[in-house]
Amino acid sequence: MASIEQIRLDFPVLDQQVNGSPLIYFDNAATTQKPKAVLDALSKYYSEDNANIHRGIHALAERATAAFELTRKKIQSFLHAESSDQIIFTSGTTASINLVAQTFGRANFQAGDKILVSNLEHHSNIVPWQMIALEKGAEVLVIPVLDSGVLDLDAYRKLLQENTVKLVAVNHVSNAIGTINPIQEMIDLAHAHGAKILIDGAQSVAHMEMDVQRYNMDFFAFSAHKLFGPTGVGVLYGKREILESMPPYQGGGEMIKEVSFSGTTYNELPYKFEAGTPNIADVIAFSASFDYLNSLEKGLVEEQENALLTYATEQLSQIDGLKIIGVAPNKIAVVSFLIEGTHPQDIGVLLDKFGIAIRTGHHCAQPLMQRFDIPGTCRASFSFYNTKEEIDRFVTCLKRVVTMLL
Amino acid sequence: MALSINDTQEELIEEFGLFDDWADKYEYLIDLGKKLPGLSDEFKTEENVIKGCQSRVWLHAFMQDGKLIFQADSEAVIVKGLISMLIRVLSGHSPADIMKADLYFIDRIGMSQHLAQTRSNGLLSMVKQMKNYALAYSSKA
Repeated sequence: MASIEQIRLDFPVLDQQVNGSPLIYFDNAATTQKPKAVLDALSKYYSEDNANIHRGIHALAERATAAFELTRKKIQSFLHAESSDQIIFTSGTTASINLVAQTFGRANFQAGDKILVSNLEHHSNIVPWQMIALEKGAEVLVIPVLDSGVLDLDAYRKLLQENTVKLVAVNHVSNAIGTINPIQEMIDLAHAHGAKILIDGAQSVAHMEMDVQRYNMDFFAFSAHKLFGPTGVGVLYGKREILESMPPYQGGGEMIKEVSFSGTTYNELPYKFEAGTPNIADVIAFSASFDYLNSLEKGLVEEQENALLTYATEQLSQIDGLKIIGVAPNKIAVVSFLIEGTHPQDIGVLLDKFGIAIRTGHHCAQPLMQRFDIPGTCRASFSFYNTKEEIDRFVTCLKRVVTMLL
Repeated sequence: MALSINDTQEELIEEFGLFDDWADKYEYLIDLGKKLPGLSDEFKTEENVIKGCQSRVWLHAFMQDGKLIFQADSEAVIVKGLISMLIRVLSGHSPADIMKADLYFIDRIGMSQHLAQTRSNGLLSMVKQMKNYALAYSSKA
């Protein structure tokens, strides 16, 4: 079994000094670091195989196309999807959600329809719905969150009661406070009331297994860069009959069957939604993320991250005046906190001086900050390559920072 | 006669020159922030908020005897420290002098990282806003 120290060697970026101290990277919810295998795949593609895909008949185009489509297969397997043509490449979770809003939403929402989002959402899972709702005369309603950071399921049931909800859009895991939402129950309830449901998996994919069929998901969206892959690649999974019924999104190359000035016919899934030259290199390199994750001992990610969450929560709770925001019983390895008498930004600036990277601010979840009546939080988010020793140094430095500020 | 803008910059460079590690420097900055008088609530208006900051920063400006006076406040103490230095350098000078001021002290005291956009602590926005006030008042004068 590989030790965490050995695993850390797979991530070149972790081995560096920042402001004279060894880097401690606790901003994994913003983006995860990349194993060397992903970096090598990126470099190999550009060095050996670079070509445009799907149209060329030469050797390089064939190699690039095969590698690109192999990633789609690996994602299908990662999500346990029915088929690989239900895996649509986008530029990120945000783009995946916008695609659904602008195609499914445009075709299906009518005046008076309700769209449910939760108070835990990232702006990316709020604003696209507000935009299409405004256009269609539909209404965006909010599933409230309890003080613990858990969604209020009673309120959710009530919101669904009148069967006027067309779509529910919730995250699997809250980016700001780490709550894991009971998506199975939420999916079943949505379906029982005739609503479709989109799950934003941006924050869950790096931490837990996914099975879109077992959950009976209508849509699932996530980003490669939060799953140890490159930036600029996102995924949208959808049920076949829904995807097929949706109008195309952007027009252009790749998404067409035949084009003439008297009319154009569209390509089949998934190409119907993939206009233009995609992010070939990063999609191909993303393939190495899955190989890397599969090479890890089963259960290691969950075990290590749970240990880090428990330890960090214990240690941080001992700091005077520190309040953890979001204490749901089911959480990923994220601790969002405030310290009495200090502003998160000051904490973040000073921790950076110690080489410690955390996130401070509203985490693109302003409605959640408004709900708790706070300006923002300090957020430490862990990945399996983080260690208890790093948490120890983080806590020591945090105490020093608080002394400086108070 | 008050110190010129560049005299004050030199003064700050000298003060910060006394510190050889970052922690002392930041403790001094935090101290400056704590000592900044701040603003009463009537000036903490939406109009006075400087956009582009992670913490809220309010900047209030007015003319007195041909000189532009700045007062400011923030929720974050390091930001208050930064703006306190800007006030010390720029406040009380003519709009024309403020507009043409080259704020080289920020780099010389090792705080230029706070000018970076990613910081979103808005030092850059603060400077810009102060110069905008100077421009507005110089065209009125």
